[in-house]
Amino acid sequence: MAKAKLMDFDKALELFEPVLGFEVHVELSTKTKMFSAAPNNFGSEPNTNITPTCLGLPGALPVVNEQAVRYSISLGLALGCDIAPSSTFARKNYFYPDLAKNYQISQFDQPIAINGNVEVELADGRLFQIDIERAHMEEDAGKLTHVGGSAGRIQGAEYSLVDFNRAGVPLVEIVTRIIYGAEADAPELAKAYVSTIRDMVVALGISDAKMERGNLRCDANVSLSPRGSGTLGTRTETKNVNSLRSVERAVRYEIQRQAAILAGGGTITQETRHWHEDTGATSAGRPKSDADDYRYFPEPDLLPVVPAPELIEELRAALPEKPAERRRRLKADWNFSDLEFQDVVNSGLLNEITETVAQGASPQTARKWWTGEIARLANIADAEPTSLVTPAQVAELQLLIDDGTLTDRLARQVLEGVIAGEGSPREVVDARGLAVVSDDGALIAAIDEALKSQPDVLEKIREGKLQAAGAVIGAVMKAMQGKADAARVRELVLERAAAL
Amino acid sequence: MTDLIRHTAAELATALASGATSSVEVTQAHLDRIAAVDGAVHAFLHVNPEVSLAAAKASDARRKAGDILNALDGVPLAIKDVLVTTDMPSTSGSLILQGWMSPYDATVVTKIREAGLVPLGKTNMDEFAMGSSTEHSAYGPTHNPWDLDRIPGGSGGGSAAAVAAFEAPFALGSDTGGSIRQPAHVTGTVGVKPTYGGVSRYGAIALASSLDQIGPVSRTVLDSALLHDIIGGHDRHDSTSLRDEWPSMAEAVRNANVKGLRIGVVSELDGEGFQPGVLARFHEALALLEANGAEVVEVSLPSLQYAVAAYYLILPAEASSNLAKYDSVRFGMRVNPVGGGTVEQVMAATREAGFGAEVKRRIILGTYALSAGYYDAYYGSAQKVRTLVQRDFDVAFANVDVLASPTAPTTAWKLGEKLDDPMAMWRGDIATIPANLAGIPGMSLPVGLAQEDGLPVGIQFLAPARADHRLYNVGGALESLLEEKWGHTLLSQAPVLMEGAR
Repeated sequence: MAKAKLMDFDKALELFEPVLGFEVHVELSTKTKMFSAAPNNFGSEPNTNITPTCLGLPGALPVVNEQAVRYSISLGLALGCDIAPSSTFARKNYFYPDLAKNYQISQFDQPIAINGNVEVELADGRLFQIDIERAHMEEDAGKLTHVGGSAGRIQGAEYSLVDFNRAGVPLVEIVTRIIYGAEADAPELAKAYVSTIRDMVVALGISDAKMERGNLRCDANVSLSPRGSGTLGTRTETKNVNSLRSVERAVRYEIQRQAAILAGGGTITQETRHWHEDTGATSAGRPKSDADDYRYFPEPDLLPVVPAPELIEELRAALPEKPAERRRRLKADWNFSDLEFQDVVNSGLLNEITETVAQGASPQTARKWWTGEIARLANIADAEPTSLVTPAQVAELQLLIDDGTLTDRLARQVLEGVIAGEGSPREVVDARGLAVVSDDGALIAAIDEALKSQPDVLEKIREGKLQAAGAVIGAVMKAMQGKADAARVRELVLERAAAL
Repeated sequence: MTDLIRHTAAELATALASGATSSVEVTQAHLDRIAAVDGAVHAFLHVNPEVSLAAAKASDARRKAGDILNALDGVPLAIKDVLVTTDMPSTSGSLILQGWMSPYDATVVTKIREAGLVPLGKTNMDEFAMGSSTEHSAYGPTHNPWDLDRIPGGSGGGSAAAVAAFEAPFALGSDTGGSIRQPAHVTGTVGVKPTYGGVSRYGAIALASSLDQIGPVSRTVLDSALLHDIIGGHDRHDSTSLRDEWPSMAEAVRNANVKGLRIGVVSELDGEGFQPGVLARFHEALALLEANGAEVVEVSLPSLQYAVAAYYLILPAEASSNLAKYDSVRFGMRVNPVGGGTVEQVMAATREAGFGAEVKRRIILGTYALSAGYYDAYYGSAQKVRTLVQRDFDVAFANVDVLASPTAPTTAWKLGEKLDDPMAMWRGDIATIPANLAGIPGMSLPVGLAQEDGLPVGIQFLAPARADHRLYNVGGALESLLEEKWGHTLLSQAPVLMEGAR
């Protein structure tokens, strides 16, 4: 794939105003699927979580999952939307082998939630309002794996496998209104918006929200309006953006790519584009036009969803605090400085840190792990920090430091073992034999050995020149392969120097 | 007991209860009858004697042990091939599903199994229930037992002919625009389309989801009622199924009484366009009801003139979507284009080879009607007509208990006669379609033979939604009055079928 020409970002911003729009799909973590009793489980053997309805077998019918409706209403309320007194399902008709019925049951002209607003906080604390046009319920499609050919794409593949486990998993699609005025913040705003939605659905407890698993997927619409023209440009819709970092990079990339084309006298093709994490670039997908004809019509197999007003009020009363409010509260609870807290928000790891604190680590240690060592390792591995370790593992690791089992340096080694899949921190400690040697007998033997081999040092200590102990401590730590608590070694060195 | 096949399901139930016969004996008699005449009638697409006899044997064992599941335990029946079954192929009359075995039973099939009924086989039908003659079956037409050169109606011609030819005492059918009632009309049998939502559609291979309804086919009103009582009721697998507590339809037949019943004759379905013999028998039946205490008044349904046009937009629109799943990816026929092809090309080749002409016609029509820019003019307008038809019925039923009309304009036509004129075939559905558009129940029962051709004529009764029992009341009463007048059943006048061993 030929590399597209990119314009310098600042230059692009001089010439054009970026205009954004996002469609975020949230997979709901219901027990069963949107329209059938099949389990909604990630990672099962292919084609095991299926019923006749998921497979679109002749005669099978959909039945709406009540829990999915409750979750959708909660999400709609959290987005500040009005909940429709009656909303209907519609069929979106198109042929694709991962779509069992060759139509998707979605919502069209009567979605469950409309007209919302989300407050998004940028890294420097500025707030940005994003208007929500609608949030609607629909079912996910199955998953295709293309075998043979290049890069797992359908073009050129020898054959394709289809797994219907995901077919019918409940989704809510959140559609923003057109977003103007993001200017140079556009890439960051994109990331902050998706991060806000992610925090929201996690707080609501309605989705696992793991972007790397596709629980939360963002399609980013980007177009450029030439400065002073007052007209909208042609947009592209970038799909497959499955990390916060990628959302930011993809929007930045599209701004630079489109600017280069427009400045060169070219035109933007209205199309879907695919984001490639590895190359950091987007590539052309399917041409898309507003004339795509999905032949929507009301789904005759389902009745309208008419939630009782009491249910809506019950769900409204149970809403968790808004992300911005929550952030203000956590910052105060944790006693973080502005800089520390911004660091946390920017890392997109607020939930992980919150969870790590809930598991027993102190806020400061949780922050240091996630934004420090874990972020560093994730960067090296080109992966999301959340895909490396769980908050529970981080908390366990910290507790091993707190109780003296590990030093900071040993703990970093244990972390590497955990990331390598060697087990829990405790298991890695045991398997690698990384615990601090707390057996005084072994330490004393090593200290005596070191003191005897450096009689001049022993003499200095006895004379009260305590700083001389450093040389002995160093030798002992080396002999113990670092698995000793330096403070304890120091105590014992002074003790032995007096005793010998 | 002699001539077991001539008995109604209710009579067979009584005979089984008294020990006069066994389910194995009754089932075997019907299997023998199928073997003898179905080569000529071709009512069945699939018969599996071993499976049927095993079910019959199990029924006899239950009866011996004193724990029958239902009064009809052990009585055999035929199942329209639109309903999916785990032990017999389910094709909906299409090549694209040839030999397809469903991994699950339709809810109504589960219900009849749980009642101990014995499935005899799957009956022929127009492909995906699109047609009024069974000539659109991919497996060849069914022949009318009254005249083997004539159509048995459709789409459920197989179930109606099986019952009329004494190959089964009763059967399950499906009715989207008359597919139960019109075959009943042309074969001298009884057929009922219940209130939409009264019987589960789960496992009924969908034609048009907002119009489809499963119902009974039989030789007597009581037998339909008995079957209706078994298959009716809420099903959690079907979101459109009603949660009502239904009265017993069989009780309505047993207590039938038309004294004081107000019957509205639909003026738009009386006169022009209807065969004289059809109208003659219809009016005689009304006179008989009037003579026995019913009040007959004229009623107008002004929107009826648009019903057929609206129906033939709504049905193809829904069907075009419902039939999209037949793409060869997960089940059914697969045709690989010569030299291989993309998945789109395989889908296209399969659908080209697997669907018949009438199915393609309606898929194309429906796809067009739903297209951007045409939706409002076609599908949207059709839905408005549907609302108007429903309002017409609401107004009518404010003044009458039931409505009456001939079930169809003509008696059975010759096979092949209308094949080249789909519009003519569609216009024949004028009397039956409105009930599907409005979701109300309808029944057809025989009222005699047309004088000009000696072929059966049916009367149709319609009732408000949820008032299916009114059909059984008026139908049961009329049936008794007619048989009393004739001194025999209508079907006893049907020609004796001898030839045509299967």
